[in-house]
Formats: sequence, structure tokens, C-alpha cells
Amino acid sequence: MTVAATPARWRAYALVLPALLVIAAFFVFPLVLSAILAFRGKDGGFTFEHFVKAWDLYRTDLIFTVGIVALSTLLIGVFAIAIAGYLTLGERPRAVAILRWLYRWPLFIPFIVTGQVMRTFLAKNGMLNHALIGVGMIEPLQAQSLLDWRGIVISFVWKQVPFVTLLVAGAMAALETQHVEAARNLGARRLRVLWDIVLPQVRGTVLVGLVLSFVTMLSVLSVPMMINPNSPTMITVDIAYRISTLSDYNVANALCLMSLVVAAGAAWLYLRHAAAAQASGA
Amino acid sequence: MSGGSTVRRWSDMLALAVVLGLLAFAIFGPIANLFLWAFAEKWYFPNKFPQELGLSFWSRVFSPRGGALASLGTSIWIAVLTVVLSLVVAIPAGYALARLKLRWRGLILLAFLLPQAVPNLPVYVNIARVFYEIGLNGTVFGVVLVHASHGLVLAVWIASAAFAAVDASLEEAARNMGASPWTCFRTVTLPLAGPGLIASAIFVFLESVDEFTGTYFVGVPDVTTLPLLMFNASMGGNYQIASITALLLLVPSIAFMLVVERFLKANVLAGVGR
Repeated sequence: MTVAATPARWRAYALVLPALLVIAAFFVFPLVLSAILAFRGKDGGFTFEHFVKAWDLYRTDLIFTVGIVALSTLLIGVFAIAIAGYLTLGERPRAVAILRWLYRWPLFIPFIVTGQVMRTFLAKNGMLNHALIGVGMIEPLQAQSLLDWRGIVISFVWKQVPFVTLLVAGAMAALETQHVEAARNLGARRLRVLWDIVLPQVRGTVLVGLVLSFVTMLSVLSVPMMINPNSPTMITVDIAYRISTLSDYNVANALCLMSLVVAAGAAWLYLRHAAAAQASGA
Repeated sequence: MSGGSTVRRWSDMLALAVVLGLLAFAIFGPIANLFLWAFAEKWYFPNKFPQELGLSFWSRVFSPRGGALASLGTSIWIAVLTVVLSLVVAIPAGYALARLKLRWRGLILLAFLLPQAVPNLPVYVNIARVFYEIGLNGTVFGVVLVHASHGLVLAVWIASAAFAAVDASLEEAARNMGASPWTCFRTVTLPLAGPGLIASAIFVFLESVDEFTGTYFVGVPDVTTLPLLMFNASMGGNYQIASITALLLLVPSIAFMLVVERFLKANVLAGVGR
């Protein structure tokens, strides 16, 4: 290391430092605090009682949360792959252009607006029921409100599909076209080409999009509050209730840690895939 | 068999049209429903459409007591401060990550991924508790800090990609002609990375304007942004006011969706996270 090189090297760290400090102070520190509060008893000692209480009270909601987010993630994956696949392999330029224009409208619409939009659309008197009655699929008396777990799943899928589709379609567009063309010339059906040739090459991108969506949905408060605030509901609603109404930071943080563990599980699945992909040289 | 294939072609086209039509309904139906509520004076079950349309709720929302203009002002002010704070720390960081030698570059990039990859609710809940103790709860500055800690992550990633996309030989040329590092950065690198930086500024602005959960905990009780106003109206059962506020929030979201590719060029987008 030369003398002249040292200040330049330090300059690089000095440029990164302010941003890192903001993250450390307003992101990492609160997370550490969360872990401390979740394990701290009334006497200041270490305890598991908050977790026991959280599990007793909110077990159902925890399972409900994981179920809703997992189902939403699955549906997002199916829709995103289908849309991105048609954008890449579709043979009718006009249909591809329409789809490309259509799919991304909810991309930047915030969750809270999605919640309000779906609150009216999926209600008993909402446009969905009127449309179903209008085309004769259901009788007026069969109209039912979808503002329960189904409403949350629909809201999540509606909001997140464009994001994952954008990522996946981008990855598909960057692929070498030779393999696809070759398979097609051999007469492979489009669905086969998508499944056997295109999808394996963009699996990493699909997984990144889905893991990010999974983690995001896990900590959305507005949608469950607006669509389905009564039990069973998502644990974000319970966390807000423990804090706003009871000022109970201990049980709230025990619930927070549980959601962090679930998120870590999703991240672990991704990392395992990434490691496997690297090992196989893909 | 040409008759048979024509029939098949038409049935294919029909199926495609039906699928696209259903998708269009799934995407625009909910938004259309929001529009109807925003202009409904009276709408009771089981009427398909509002019994009366009008603008009386609009005048209520925009009257001084409705609070929409004040909330809009607060939202924009917070978003502007968030953009300034985020970019001030993100531009140097992005430049260093793109151009300078950093030993733990991967680790640093990972640290900037954290706020996107970890559930945010635990962070907001606990930062609100800390802010309450030091008197930052319910202040605009407190909300800006929370928004910026999230926004600067996006800004760092996009800024780093934007700087990496600048042709390094142009910088070398400037340096060879005697420009100081600072002059070179100011007159060559910064303008060339401009569109990407503008994109990151818009991203941060939009995220701040739309942010709900952090503001819900940290802004209470004095800072009411547009999303909070919307939430309160909706939970209070006032669908018209909630829908009108939601429409206000939709405008920047959809405007940005329509222009995003103009700012975020493919070569920058491909470099995000590299």
C-alpha cells in the first residue's frame, strides 16, 4: 500500500459512510431494539413469556398470515410468468402490445390506495358482483362480499403482479433467442418452450421478485386493516393493536420477531437456490 | 382443410380477446369503481350505479375543514425534504460504489438492500418509540428521517447503476486535460448520470408521498399526510372522501408508471445491483 493510495481509499469510505450511518441509526438500531424488547421481562431479565403470550393469543393469525402471503406469492408467480411468457413468446404483435400496455397500471399504486380501491370493488355492492350478475353468472341474491382473506389475497396479487412481471419480462427479453427459435423450429408448443427452455434460465429473477414480494406483503398494515380488520386477520393488525391501544411493546415485538423469522425463511430459500445455481455454474 | 384452420384461427383470436378483456376488467374495474365513488352523492345497495352524481364531496374535501389541501401540502413538503436528504447521502455513496475501490463492496451493497428485504413494521414501531422519547414523534423531521432511511436505499442502487453506465473514458479525457477530480465529477459525470439520478429522485418522492405505515406510527398525532387522511376517512366509513383522496394519490403513481422508461434507460436498469 503506497502512501498516496491511502487518502484515496479513505475517501471512498467517507463517501459511503453517511448513507450507512442513516441505515444503521434508523433501520438496524430499531431492529436490534425489537429483539431486545421481545426478550426483556418486567424485571429487566431475559424471558420467553412474551413469545408464549403472543403464541397463545395470535397463533391463528400467524398461521392465517403465512397462509395468505404464501398463497398470494404463488398466484403472483403464476400470473407474472404467464404474462411475461406471453410478452416474450406471443405471436400476435397487437395482442402483445395491448398486454404490455395493460399489465403495468397498478405498478406504482400504493398499498393503501389498493386497499381503498378493493374495499369498494369487492364489496357486496361492488362492481365485481354487479358485473357477475350482469353477465348472468350469479343471481342477485348470491352476491357476497369478498372482504375477508380472499379480499386481502386479491389486493396483494393485483398490486404485486406488475412488479414481478416487469422483472421477469426484462430477464426473458435479455435471453439468447437461439434456443427458443431452435425449439420452435422443431415444433415445440409454446407452453413447452416457456416451461422447459425459458423458465429455467430466468428462475433466479422470478425468485428475487417473489421473495421481495413475500417480505413486502408480510409487513403491509393498511390492506388487512381496510379489508379484513377482524380476527382472524394478519399479525400486522395485531402488532398495531398491541401498540396503539395497549402500549404493549413486548408482545408486539415478539410478534415482530416471529414475522422476521418467517421472512428469513423466505430469504433462506432464495439463498439456497442462489448457492445451488452458483455451484452448478448456471 | 383451410376452412377448419380458419375456424381455429378465429376461435384462437376470440379466446385471446376474452382473456385480454377479463384482464382489462380486473385492472380497470377496481379503478373505475373508485371513480364512481368519488363522484357519488348517494349510492345505496342494491343499485348498480350511484343514484346521484355530483361534486359536493369534492368541495367538502377541498374546504379548509376537509383538510385535503393541508395534507397535500404536508405530503409534498415531507417528500421534497426526503428527496433532498436521500440524494445528498446517496449520490456520494452511489458514486463510490460505482467508481472507487471498496474492500467490502458486496457487504455494503447488501446493507443497502436490507430495508427492502426485511419486514418494515418492526422498524417503524420501535423507531416511533425512540422518537417519542426524544421528542421527534409528531414532527415533520421525524417522518422525513423515517422516509429517507427507506428512500435512500433505492436512491443508492439507482445512482450507483447510473454512475456505472457513464463512459469512464470521457472522465479520463477530462482528467487528462487537467480537470480536477471535483470539476470532472461536476461537469462530466454528474450531467451524464443526470437522467438516472432524476429517476431515483422521482422514485424517492413517490415512495414518500405514498408511505403509510411509518407515518402512521411516527407522525402521530400532529403530522397528517394524504395517505393518513385517506385511511382515517375510509375507516370512518366515508367512502366518498376516501375515494377522492385515493384519486389524488393515484395521479402521481400512474403518471410515473407512464413515463418511467423515459428516465430509466435499459442500460441503467440492467446495471441495478451489479
